[in-house]
This record gives sequence, structure tokens and C-alpha cells, in this order.
Amino acid sequence: MKLSEFMVKEAIVAQLQGTSRDETIRELVASLAQAGRIGTEQVDDIVEKLIEREAQGSTGIGKGIAVPHIKHDSVTEITGTIGCSAAGIDFNSLDKAPVYSVLLLLSPWNNPDRHLEAMESLFAHLQRERFRKFLRQSETQEAIIDLIQEADEAQQESGL
Amino acid sequence: MQPSPTQDCNTAERTVEIRNPEGLHMRPAMQFVDCANLYRSKVTVWKDSQSVDGKSIMQVTTLIAIQGTQLTIRASGPDAEAAVAALAEVIESVNNETSD
Repeated sequence: MKLSEFMVKEAIVAQLQGTSRDETIRELVASLAQAGRIGTEQVDDIVEKLIEREAQGSTGIGKGIAVPHIKHDSVTEITGTIGCSAAGIDFNSLDKAPVYSVLLLLSPWNNPDRHLEAMESLFAHLQRERFRKFLRQSETQEAIIDLIQEADEAQQESGL
Repeated sequence: MQPSPTQDCNTAERTVEIRNPEGLHMRPAMQFVDCANLYRSKVTVWKDSQSVDGKSIMQVTTLIAIQGTQLTIRASGPDAEAAVAALAEVIESVNNETSD
């Protein structure tokens, strides 16, 4: 699956303001609401459920990456966004190191297979050091959008 | 007496099926990786012809192990048997978990 199929470009936050995990999650969910991809009235509940999910086990998987994600009633299509922080965020990561890139994913309940496909597509790119490095160095929304586009094109060429 | 090299090169293998409707999503995948990292053996997970490092969450998440997927867990090293048994048990407990 292509990243651009579920990543909402207008909701990408190149310079996160918050420095805590919870602030960051709220900022990204609010950004999806502002982009019109989730209802404003859903923001509080989605934020709460994402934080609950983090409490069950951090999605900070190391190498400066966190992938907070939940399935939620109000979502009909897989919807995601990306946030970058130059300062780094404490996500209680596996490697205890700060997180610089946050990839947030909201999925509907009725299609777990497609949720796994979206996660696969994220991780296939995140495994590559070059992708992680470029993402971390991106300072503008446009740079991140370009990165997503290039990653999708490279994936298509490699026939994955 | 030095142990012979072959004693350090046990391999073990088991095929399991993902029966959880949610598939092997990230939380159970992390349980799997955490468990794999408790062992000295190298752990690989195979889905058809694709194989990934069973100790890496980034790699295990790329398997797209949906409900009905057959995964082969292969370990090689001094504690290969124990690793495979423990990892098969993790998958079994994921299969029995109620959907949330």
C-alpha cells in the first residue's frame, strides 16, 4: 500500500510544538481534525484512546520513531499523519531514547487486514535508514510530502 | 573439554497459524520480539518465501500476518528448541486473546 493512500498531507506537522508524548498525540489528532479528516468532536476521545494504547505498551519502537495507532469507531478509512520534532519527545521508547518522528495511524474496526497492510507499508520504509534520516531532517511540510512521494515511487519501481 | 561446534548450532522449527481475527498486530508482535530477545539463538520468521529477523519489531511488522497466515518460526543456536517452544506459545496466546 502506498503511504499517500492514507497519509493526510495537509495534516503533516513538520515542527511539533509539544515536547511530551500526550501533547504530541493531541497536536497530531487536532491537525487531522483541522484537515477535515476526523470530526472535531471526536478529537478528545481519539486522543484518550491513543494514550490508553500507549499505556499498554509504548509504540516508540526505537531509532527515534514512534507509531501511535488505534482502531476507532468514527473512522471509515485508514487515516494517518506525521509529526517531526527537532527537540525530541519522551515516548517511553523501547530503547529509552527520544523520538523525533511520530507516525500516527487511525484505522476502522472492520478491516484489520488493511490495517496490517498500512502498518507494513510504514515499517517497510522506516526500516530504511535513509528514509528515517530524511524524515528526521525535514523541516517543512513540503519536504515531508516530497519524501512520502519519493518513497511511494521507489516502492512501486521495486515492485513491492 | 571444549564443546564441539555442532552443539552450539542446534536448529529448531515450528509452523504456527495466526487465528486471531486482528492478525499479528503490533502489540502481539512486540510480545513475540520481546520473547525472541530472551534467547541467544538467532530467530527467523518465515511467511511463504519471505523471512524476517524475529528479534526486530520493524521487520516482524512487515510480515502482514493476517488471520489464516501460516508462519514458520526457525531458531538456530544453543537454545533453539526452547526459543521455538516459547515463541509458539506466544502465538498461541495471541490466538486465544479476545478482540479489543
